[in-house]
Amino acid sequence: MPGKLKAKIVAGRHLPVMDRASDLTDAFVEVKFGNTTFKTDVFPKSLNPQWNSEWFKFEVDDEDLQDEPLQITVLDHDTYSANDAIGKVYIDIDPLLCSEAATRICGWFPIYDTIHGIRGEINVLVKVDLFNDLNSFRQSSCGVKFFCTTSIPRCYRAALVHGFVEELVVNEDPEYQWIDRIRTPRASNEARQRLISLMSGELQRKIGLKVLEMGGNAVVGYLQCFDLEGESGLVVRAIGTACTLDKLTPGTAPNTNTHSNTAPASNVFRPVPGLGSCRATWAMFKQPVLDISFPLIGVLNNQFRHFLFLSVLSGMGSGGSAGKEAGPLKTLLRQHTQSALEQREFPFFTLTCFPPGFLVHVGGVVSARSVKLLDRIHNPDEPETRDAWWEEIRQEIKSHAKALGCHAVVGYSESTSICEEVCILSASGTAAMLNPRFMREGCLDAGGSDHRFEDASPPSCGFCHIPYDEFNMPFPAQLTYCYRCRRQKVPDVLFTTIDLPAEAAVTGKGCLIQARLCRTKKKAQGEVNATAISNLLPFMEYELHTQLMNKLKLRSMNALFGLRIQISVGENMLLGLASATGVYLSALPAPGGIQVAGKTPSDLNYDQHIATMQKRINDTITKNKELYNIHPPESTEELVGSPIPDRQRSRLFRSTSESSDELLELDLSHGKKDAFVLEIDDTDAVEDIQSLLTDAPMPAGFYSCNTEVMPGIYNWTSGLQMFTSVRVYRLSNANLTNQGLNKIFTELCENLLKSLYFKLRSMIPCCLFWNVPRSLSFVSPPPCLHPVLRPPHRSVSSAERCSPLPEGRSRSLRSTRSMPCGAPVAVVKMTPLSFLPGTRIVKYLGIINMFFIRETTSLREEGGVSGFLHCFIAEVFAMVRAHVAALGGNAVVSYSMKECVFMENPNKNQAQCLINVSGDAVIFVRESEQEATPPLMSSGQISSTGADGTT
Amino acid sequence: MSMVLDVFVGNTTIMDMDIYQLWLDGLTVREAVKARMDQGALLECEANAEVLMSDTMDQFRTFQLCERLLHSPTKLANQLLFQIPSQHQRMLIEKYYEFDSVFAREVLGKKLSKGTKKDLDDISSKTGITLKSCRRQFDNFKRVFKVVEDLKGPLVENIQHHFLLTDTQARDYAAIVFFANSRFETGKRKLQYLSFQDFAYCASQLIQYWTTGAVGELHLYSMVEDMDVDLEKEFLHELKDLKVLVNDKNMLDQHKVLVCAALRGKIKVYRLMEANFKNLSRALINLASKLTHTKDVRDLFIDLVEKVIEPCRCDRWTLGEVTLFLTQYTNAAHGLGTFSRQVVWDRYMGVIRSCILRMYHE
Repeated sequence: MPGKLKAKIVAGRHLPVMDRASDLTDAFVEVKFGNTTFKTDVFPKSLNPQWNSEWFKFEVDDEDLQDEPLQITVLDHDTYSANDAIGKVYIDIDPLLCSEAATRICGWFPIYDTIHGIRGEINVLVKVDLFNDLNSFRQSSCGVKFFCTTSIPRCYRAALVHGFVEELVVNEDPEYQWIDRIRTPRASNEARQRLISLMSGELQRKIGLKVLEMGGNAVVGYLQCFDLEGESGLVVRAIGTACTLDKLTPGTAPNTNTHSNTAPASNVFRPVPGLGSCRATWAMFKQPVLDISFPLIGVLNNQFRHFLFLSVLSGMGSGGSAGKEAGPLKTLLRQHTQSALEQREFPFFTLTCFPPGFLVHVGGVVSARSVKLLDRIHNPDEPETRDAWWEEIRQEIKSHAKALGCHAVVGYSESTSICEEVCILSASGTAAMLNPRFMREGCLDAGGSDHRFEDASPPSCGFCHIPYDEFNMPFPAQLTYCYRCRRQKVPDVLFTTIDLPAEAAVTGKGCLIQARLCRTKKKAQGEVNATAISNLLPFMEYELHTQLMNKLKLRSMNALFGLRIQISVGENMLLGLASATGVYLSALPAPGGIQVAGKTPSDLNYDQHIATMQKRINDTITKNKELYNIHPPESTEELVGSPIPDRQRSRLFRSTSESSDELLELDLSHGKKDAFVLEIDDTDAVEDIQSLLTDAPMPAGFYSCNTEVMPGIYNWTSGLQMFTSVRVYRLSNANLTNQGLNKIFTELCENLLKSLYFKLRSMIPCCLFWNVPRSLSFVSPPPCLHPVLRPPHRSVSSAERCSPLPEGRSRSLRSTRSMPCGAPVAVVKMTPLSFLPGTRIVKYLGIINMFFIRETTSLREEGGVSGFLHCFIAEVFAMVRAHVAALGGNAVVSYSMKECVFMENPNKNQAQCLINVSGDAVIFVRESEQEATPPLMSSGQISSTGADGTT
Repeated sequence: MSMVLDVFVGNTTIMDMDIYQLWLDGLTVREAVKARMDQGALLECEANAEVLMSDTMDQFRTFQLCERLLHSPTKLANQLLFQIPSQHQRMLIEKYYEFDSVFAREVLGKKLSKGTKKDLDDISSKTGITLKSCRRQFDNFKRVFKVVEDLKGPLVENIQHHFLLTDTQARDYAAIVFFANSRFETGKRKLQYLSFQDFAYCASQLIQYWTTGAVGELHLYSMVEDMDVDLEKEFLHELKDLKVLVNDKNMLDQHKVLVCAALRGKIKVYRLMEANFKNLSRALINLASKLTHTKDVRDLFIDLVEKVIEPCRCDRWTLGEVTLFLTQYTNAAHGLGTFSRQVVWDRYMGVIRSCILRMYHE
């Protein structure tokens, strides 16, 4: 009996009228946990009942505490007929189980009904008394902290990073059970919400157990997903990185904020040449040598067509002599890491941002996809099939990483796309070599983090150096000597899934680069369908890469960070969307231009056409260089160890002709010869080039990226606006060609962007942070395709100007104007970033992981599909804010809308939508207040101080 | 290819006050897009018609979702659905409860009932205000009326408290509630020249001096129902006693002598005034004595116009002359030794004088 849960129902307000006769409501509340239910008294005839109940006490196992939500149901008492439900509140009490998180949950919660939406609010107080658990065979994992944030949370220090944890649980989907035919939609939705809440609680508990087994105390980069497999069931799966975190005392906090993006700290990002500006390593990805191998592996009884695609390619090659001296060190490092990592089944890390020195070398993007046919999950307690699927993929990823000479995969994520019985499983990450010290047991007492990694840190530009064996490359690639240290080899292009490391030296500004692709496919069933998809995938991936590479070159950049490739499957088409933030890494060579080459040079007109096109491309490149402020040196002298400030660097540049013999050797790999050649051999290629050039430039004052930091801009204000935008298009003509589809798709994306720029024009200058976890999906009703274009939350942060969100509420017009119903609602900010510019996070209160279903049978009356969804998204935001505020927080960071499934049946005037959101509830203080205010603040204290961050 | 769904939701609700105005004005999305194009919205941020359309739809939808909350503005501050910065909340409320005085003038004194609501399309075509906007304004009047109808305490403060309006707005609404409650006649042709603001001023005078709440003690101690909405019965009865001023021949003459003495040489229309004095005085006093009948209360303004304002205007009195006359007329009664109803007299004439002066357009 290790825990006592106490709940108190205080009051309600704004309740709906349940009794038409009196225009009032006789409300009472049922509080349920596990199988125990308590009731309050009926508060007759009021829309603002004051129950002030006693403390309802539940004595429960901590296992249940982790799995079960507290379920609060508000009902209208009816003497003669059954009581009518007004709505429910589910409260996840997990944050209360960890001593360092929230201590109580207290506040107003929206009362939610899956048919009517929010119907009033209820004030609840929840506490938990935990007893010490001495049972060593325990099934619970109370006290393990969970973070969605994919970096080490701001007020903690990573003592040890244990590695990958994963788990999945499966169940039957209540929506597809036989009983669903006889119960009401409300009952069915509630069963589903409850089940998913239970499953995610169980999942979290199981992952927590694994973490405890590994000796950790926290999961960072926790990524939980639902697969609604329809008939075949419901899968909830999660991955994360187990860590041992030490809480920092407030005074020392800023040291570990590796990229606290605050105004005073902004120089952290400004690379100071010679001062270790590049400490980590990336793997490189070189497009022209992309080698596609798509082994079609028949697994077992041929029931699943299994397809894996190796998309990682690494640029490498040319055995330069200078690489040798680094050789032994590298080998040594490898051995160290190996010993630490090889005990692990999967040396994967879901982190995208790392403590300084953690990341040594990076090998490039590794990804694997597999097409599966779903079948019914027969035994929910043994989810072996799904486990096996993911296991296969992870093995594949691991072997890809090995092929790149890396032992670990960082920035790792997994996703699925389901259409009827076909499911594409995808996993991707960045192959990397890590500093083994972080993983070794017993290094906790190594004497503080400050000098622990010093010796292992390569010279300033080390992170760009290739990690793999130069003489044994799987792919031919061009290497050059690093443009900063001149001693080690770097590839000419680098693709990664991680964030731009804080130390990285960047020239100019970065920008969001997207590749978009549509592919038609025949409508088919079962295995035939799966095979068709399998066959299409490698080509799609290849084309997306080509597009990315072209766009990168067009912007004169040489590296991509935060690369996410999403491939979604529909009935008769596949959609691909790749997003990444392009930058110019100072350590890598300047990208060559793009050269257009024709196949039939005899035709004069044709030549002319090509010449015009070439000119347009060249012009665009020049324009982009200006736009992104990229003025790289022709070649640089070694800068290692010389602390020369940025502005003086230009003097040190030497032209190639002046350079040493060693540099001359390098000449082969940059300059004109490196130009990327586009061959126009058919109309497709022409179209491709056209589309390359049609990307509309952003209006002045807008910036965009999908990484945590916007490369090249450092002075953020705290004005932050998170928004979600959803669009659904119906394709009227299903007989379009691939090119036609591509064009339409690109136009849609561009239109959406235009729309956003316009809406946000008042916030200029601002930066759009894209968070597109699953931007594409298909809505089912045949025969039309509905690509759902969902760039969900982009948080807009306005740069270089004061925030347009003042929050003081004191200036009421007249003193006689009072707010009768108590204090106004505290402001809760939401952001997909892991931090809030201009502020400091002082406490993490726990993870927010919520799942909602909303259904309507009066779609037209609610303003059609747009009105319905608009309202639902607003309701979801409101419920997230209410939970955070009840925990005592004032913001959600690393917020993400994982799932947004929308189904409609306009003929029946019905629609249904499922939304899953997650994030970390935190308390933040503004930088300017932090000295004055003790770290524990109540949520009501957020007041605008106006002009911070406007440096 | 068609867009089936297009949604944009911010954590902090994003609202464009210019579009809000268009929405309040009752424009359709299409009309609003046109209006914005005319205002030059396309020049910003490389927008096109499609972008403008999508933006306008989003905004209109947001306003529609908020409208329910605006019906009880106090809820807006502690509802959880929309996170709206407080100064935006204030603006939303103020603009929502703003009304066109042309419209208010039309419904002033009418019963705020379904019947009147049915006639709104006539008002709409007469005033050029869209029917949608008319309905909103009418519903606002009715909502405020319903809420404060049964409340105790001062009218203006009640309105302010429940609807969080500005001082001026609250006073205007108080006037509307007051007129709707007493159903004053304002629609006659002879009253057409009077604006809403004229009536609102008169209403504020009546509320301030003639209602139950106007008596200081009451105001302090008890919260009487309808204290600012209904005229004080006792006062209206006492007004009958003023009749003596015209019925008593001596008193009437003496009153005239005193007024003439004070005004001689001071007004150009002296001669006409002297000739008309008895008629004017009789009109004013008769008006007072009849106010016990609801019907005559309703006709207060038309009576003032027909019996006092029009005769003076016929004789081309200037506003200054009317002012002087009414001042002297009121003061002179104090000089009548036999006249004992000084307090009632002042309370009556104070308001009548203010109303006449406001209604006297030269």
